[in-house]
Amino acid sequence: MEITTSHYVVLSTLLLVIGSVGILTRRNILVLLMSVELILNAVNINLVAFSAAHQQVEGQVFAIFVITVAAAEAAVGLGILIALFRNKHTVHADEIDLLRW
Amino acid sequence: MVYSPSALRWLSMLFDTVFFYVLAAQILGSAIMTITRRNVVHAAVWLISTLIGVAGIFLLSAAEFLAGVQVIVYIGGIMVLFLFVIMLVPVQEESTERRFANQKWLALGAIAMVSAMLMVVVTRGVGSMDLPARAEPAPLGALTENSEKVGLTLFSDYLLPFELASVLLLVAIIGAIVMSKTRNTETES
Repeated sequence: MEITTSHYVVLSTLLLVIGSVGILTRRNILVLLMSVELILNAVNINLVAFSAAHQQVEGQVFAIFVITVAAAEAAVGLGILIALFRNKHTVHADEIDLLRW
Repeated sequence: MVYSPSALRWLSMLFDTVFFYVLAAQILGSAIMTITRRNVVHAAVWLISTLIGVAGIFLLSAAEFLAGVQVIVYIGGIMVLFLFVIMLVPVQEESTERRFANQKWLALGAIAMVSAMLMVVVTRGVGSMDLPARAEPAPLGALTENSEKVGLTLFSDYLLPFELASVLLLVAIIGAIVMSKTRNTETES
């Protein structure tokens, strides 16, 4: 009945799996980037749950760093997406095969 | 009307349980909708719902400052950036095209194996993750003044990572501008 740390860990595991499915199966790069955000949120849930379990605040500090990295990753990723779309006129990951032989 | 401490503790545990399951259902359902919607705008809106649920989980774990950061930075910043880019690239013809890549069955098999592995780890570690300190629920208000505590830790023990994060953000800003800048000679003045 009581919500323990294990509940949070299971929730974050499921969120991580959903995000991985999104990254590996979708074609649209925008949805790929959104799936990365899902995975980073799963990490944050874990960090905050263990921070509450230990009654220490370091986990929340690291979650702030994760959010910072997520913001930087979204900005750079969307910049790459705009540059790619300007050159290739597609947002599908499997049509961008410049490095494939 | 005065409640006894045990009744209060039972009530708070009941609220914790109910809110946790409601938020977990919202997070997981919205995440599944995020990765299955055809329309990218719909996916973005479902992702916003997921992020709000995660902010609620932060509130439940006594991380109020982080819940605010989640709403402001993720929903107010990152998702607006996503929606701007969705407006820049045409998504109308998406509804007639394939959603999933060719390797989807291979990918699903790999993910099934990885999640089976994760589930083994989680189910074996269920007992060890619940610390003795957590067996007794933390007294109400044990993590009070959350913003002050986070700020003090951030600016004392983690000052160097904090400054490095600002450098990272600067690099990301410059990189995003350089990459999305047009290279046409007629537009360069």
